Amino acid sequence: MAADITRPDVPAAGVRRGRSRPGERIIETLLVVAAVVSVATTIGIMASLFIPTVEFFGQVSIVEFFTKTMWTPLFADKHYGVLPLLVATLWVTAIAIVIAVPLGIGAAIYLSEYARPGTRKVLKPVLEILAGIPTVVYGFFALTFLNPVLIDWWPTANKPEFQNLLVAGIAMGIMIVPTVASLSEDAMSAVPRSLREGAYALASTKMQVSTRVVVPAALSGIVAAIVLGFSRALGETLIVTIAAGLKTADVPTSPIQGAATMTSYIAGAGQGDLPVDSLEYLTIFAVGATLFVFTFGLNALSIRLVRKFREVYE
Amino acid sequence: MTAAAAAREAVIAPPPSLTQRRIRPGELLFRLALQFCLLVAFAFLVALIVFAVYKGWNRLDARLWQNMPTGRASRVEAAGVQSAITGTLWVIALTALISLPTGIASAIYLEEYADNTRWYNRLLELNIQNLAGVPSIVFGILGLGLIARVIGLGFTVITAAVVLSLLVLPTVIIASREALRAVPQSIRQASYALGATRWQTTSRQVLPAAIPGMATGAILALSRALGEAAPLILLGAVTFIRFNPDSLLSTYTTLPIQIYNLIKEPQAEFQELAAAAIVLLLVILLLMNSVAIVIRNKFQKRW
Repeated sequence: MAADITRPDVPAAGVRRGRSRPGERIIETLLVVAAVVSVATTIGIMASLFIPTVEFFGQVSIVEFFTKTMWTPLFADKHYGVLPLLVATLWVTAIAIVIAVPLGIGAAIYLSEYARPGTRKVLKPVLEILAGIPTVVYGFFALTFLNPVLIDWWPTANKPEFQNLLVAGIAMGIMIVPTVASLSEDAMSAVPRSLREGAYALASTKMQVSTRVVVPAALSGIVAAIVLGFSRALGETLIVTIAAGLKTADVPTSPIQGAATMTSYIAGAGQGDLPVDSLEYLTIFAVGATLFVFTFGLNALSIRLVRKFREVYE
Repeated sequence: MTAAAAAREAVIAPPPSLTQRRIRPGELLFRLALQFCLLVAFAFLVALIVFAVYKGWNRLDARLWQNMPTGRASRVEAAGVQSAITGTLWVIALTALISLPTGIASAIYLEEYADNTRWYNRLLELNIQNLAGVPSIVFGILGLGLIARVIGLGFTVITAAVVLSLLVLPTVIIASREALRAVPQSIRQASYALGATRWQTTSRQVLPAAIPGMATGAILALSRALGEAAPLILLGAVTFIRFNPDSLLSTYTTLPIQIYNLIKEPQAEFQELAAAAIVLLLVILLLMNSVAIVIRNKFQKRW
């Protein structure tokens, strides 16, 4: 960052003080306007989430929202406890993380430490393609292929339901493997060669270098990758809507039940024609705001961690 | 032998790795485990594609793009996804028209104009990073609460395009900035030395050199918009629309949304149609991705 203070492309003050050029000023203004769009988007998101949410909490107590264990705003007997949605979300993301973290980090170690440049050049685009598959397709695959297989192989008599959190978590885990792998690999590639060479000089094997030198040295980047994967999983909508269903009511007690997560509740409630400004309609925004706060916190953490490993090695 | 002698012996004897290549089972196992990780991901990808093609095979014919969607089980044989294909074309073309100029202009500002020691420029940068991590369904809420209702554009093609544009904007900006950053400073300095203004330098030297990188980023961003369904669920796309959009204010549906609709139907025929539509969507995405990769490998200059 220090280098930016003396940017060589910025002409010295004496040079800039030449003829005033209106065209240059207009273009610069246009560029600034374009850059401001992203700020306006953030403000727009905040406003559209939090204004209705405040209205919602005027009618439902915030304590009830976070502590009650029934979520039935679309039923005749209405309860506004968000815990069923939160617990379902945590089930799915926990399963996804358990799958994606070992696979993603394993793939990253292989790509960064073992694969020859030629192999890497082939493997990385394939991972990118996996990352580019629409989530609706993952959802379809989870529901119509993975779930029947899962039910077939299930060891106990208590089989998973037609839509369940487990199969959604598995599909989501594979979906975030590329996210975890590519960011972890970036962090591992940023570890200086000299550290590896030092370890080899002390007669370390490749595995020892990978696990005891490279991974610890890249740890903040790897953690950032995991946190980002976690945040992706929290915010994913289509896989859970399709594969885990839209059932709300109670807190799911096991992952082989179907249940709505925060995102799939929003999707489910948002496609119906709820009367605008009814309390039911406001729940979309209250749940959305809750989701936003969670993912915002995770993203901020991830950005901070990435900055940390960049500072150390770059 | 005393302990000291044993230690001396150990130092003098060359380590086994220098005298011979001992096969270490642990090493081999570790390597296999790493390969297994990649294999699982690729097996999943292959299974997904093979399954979709297998399941959709019977419906992969002209009916898919000639006929309109139908919500009724009795007419399942006649169902297609034409309005979803045209809807997707409308929405994605508009998304490109909105998001690419805005994103590239933001990137030019941040890379070529902004003094990034200023707090507002750093805030701008942080804001883009955070925006990139906001879940797509939250953009749907923005569209629902602000663009469709308060601004009053309703559930139309233009609302969908604006929302998708804002959604992919961070991706376009980040990719374009990387492309601009890859152009060496010496090019800019040479241009300034010849008396060029900043915009002349940017438009005639830096931008042409950065275009391949930007094109790659743009294609990847648009392919993300193409597969995105979550925000559009909130924006009125979840219906069986039996006509093609003809203006910015038409109602619409898109391919991912139609796939979602079809998956919800219980009849096996609708599942087959969903699989066929998935194959169509994947073919389009694979084509876009390959173009992006080719551009990156072919036109990227090494300075």
